[in-house]
Amino acid sequence: MESTGERLPEIAVFGPPAFFRKIEKEFSSRFRVLRTWNSDIPLPQLLASEAGHIEAILTSGVFRVTAEVISSLPSLHLIVTTSRGLDHIDLTQCRRRGITVTNAGTIFSDDVADLAAGLLIDVLRKITPGNGHVKNRFWTGDGDFPLGFKLGGKKCGIVGLGSIGLAVAKRLQSFGCQILYNSRNKNHSVPYKFHTDIKELAMDSDFLILCCALNNETRHIINRDILLALGKKGVVVNISRGPVIDEKALIHCLKLGEIGGAGLDVFEREPLFTSELFEMENVVLSPHVAVFTEESFKAMFDLIFANFNSFFMNKPLLNVVPLE
Amino acid sequence: MESIGVLLMAPFNSYLDQELDKRFKLFRYWTQSNPKEFVAQHAEMIRAAVGNATVGVDGILIDALPKLEIISSFSVGVDKIDLKKCGEKGIRVTNTPDVLTDDVADLAIGLSLAVLRQISVCDRYVRSGLWKNGDFKLTTKFSGKRVGIIGLGRIGLAIAQRAEAFDCPINYYSRSPKPNTNYKYYPSVIELASNSDILVVACALTPETRHIVNRQVMEALGPKGVLINIGRGGHVDEPELVSALVEGRLGGAGLDVFENEPHVPEQLFGLDNVVLLPHVGSGTVETRKEMADLVLGNLEAHFSGKPLLTRVV
Repeated sequence: MESTGERLPEIAVFGPPAFFRKIEKEFSSRFRVLRTWNSDIPLPQLLASEAGHIEAILTSGVFRVTAEVISSLPSLHLIVTTSRGLDHIDLTQCRRRGITVTNAGTIFSDDVADLAAGLLIDVLRKITPGNGHVKNRFWTGDGDFPLGFKLGGKKCGIVGLGSIGLAVAKRLQSFGCQILYNSRNKNHSVPYKFHTDIKELAMDSDFLILCCALNNETRHIINRDILLALGKKGVVVNISRGPVIDEKALIHCLKLGEIGGAGLDVFEREPLFTSELFEMENVVLSPHVAVFTEESFKAMFDLIFANFNSFFMNKPLLNVVPLE
Repeated sequence: MESIGVLLMAPFNSYLDQELDKRFKLFRYWTQSNPKEFVAQHAEMIRAAVGNATVGVDGILIDALPKLEIISSFSVGVDKIDLKKCGEKGIRVTNTPDVLTDDVADLAIGLSLAVLRQISVCDRYVRSGLWKNGDFKLTTKFSGKRVGIIGLGRIGLAIAQRAEAFDCPINYYSRSPKPNTNYKYYPSVIELASNSDILVVACALTPETRHIVNRQVMEALGPKGVLINIGRGGHVDEPELVSALVEGRLGGAGLDVFENEPHVPEQLFGLDNVVLLPHVGSGTVETRKEMADLVLGNLEAHFSGKPLLTRVV
């Protein structure tokens, strides 16, 4: 888009999203950017003085777009979030003000499901510990590394059968896992066994893969009760949001051997830099990277670019979140 | 059967050791400071031998056991057994196919994900407290990548089925095209490597397949290509592999096997794009028990005149 003396549309960016720095240059050649995270002025003041005319904003999945932030943006018509999750946005205010919200839709589903599968296999087959065993020169022969556990024939309980849950199910089925699930509604087009109650799902499962959105119903839904129901050989994999699990309870269960292991990409507080989890060998930890691939970032860039362009040209948007 | 001597080559499974000890007269090869002498001393009694993927029964040992009737291998690969000599002498050989197919295939996919998504590096990043300094880097998507499989036997097929669930197009090389598959056949490993993002070794190790992954194959796979070896160390030219990885001519590797286990080239230890495992392809509690039962079942069948369960020779 050539600069013809006409000013480029302005977008306020909050967070910023992890990938923003990588695309900042190209983004800035098409839009004027109000960077809200690196000002000396407190945010409310910054918005009051600079953001009165801002119609569109870009936010990460972590920055909290609260009622206060929204009311500081009187001209706001569009919120583009780089995440699929919406727990960080006050949707009630958006509905009230008629603000459109677009999210990542399903563009990340494959990468997120891949990481879920990767974490599960790593925990069961001890890939990360095994890699450490060899690279730290501990391998001296047969039998000096403990055996892992088989995937095939085991029962995999999926919490939340949305696009990510379905992608996880498709993958784990190919390993010979039996798929069970709990979700708000039963999905009649899949052959998987539906459990109305999450505790029953846990009792019936060998692994639990958490693929649900974070909201008031799902906060701490995985608590001590559910973990005990999952059992001593049970493995939990979390690629949803940290607060879906009562993290203190999880650590306690792991310490006492009441569950078998965990693969965690998300935590109640991020970034996580100190935790009792760090002492444990039967857990695999990753720094909220489920969407951190070159391919997903490119897809995200293409998506938000298209949406901002479309917005300023009054064209239809992609991945609009229904707010009714 | 307590008078039947069985020679166990290494302590690879304590349940197997216990059961062999119960049912036969067990001789433990690895406990001897002078194994040659030990074997000579007990040769008259030893009618069976049990080895695994790492410690086999070679021609010299076979010659030293004149009463040997059967070798029951605790593995599916029998490259460490002198099969030719067994054939000549009428010594029967059994292995443990099928029971470990799923575990090995699971590991091939697990290694692919570990290498592409750098899962072990991520784990170390979190545990070292680095996350507070900033986000982790971008890695590479696995779904949709072209998977090239060398050998489309039981294990190769199981790997293909799993990779398909990740929407990976499947290519393969084998001695001849397999009927009844939709996978794309390539008549040479170099062509397979040129058309794949991830190359998986899943064939048996024979004199023909030794170093089937050589320098040219690695160059065809290229600086973004990943090699996964769940076959045998002997399939890959290891010094070439090390220099290709160190020099960045090959994009990454996930290795469960090595030419001279447990020796692993140290130049690989510092590479984030390389995941190394201590030969755990069949290493699950469930499968090792099934393998042990199969070894025991084959020995029992042989010594009671019944048909062998999983005969190779």
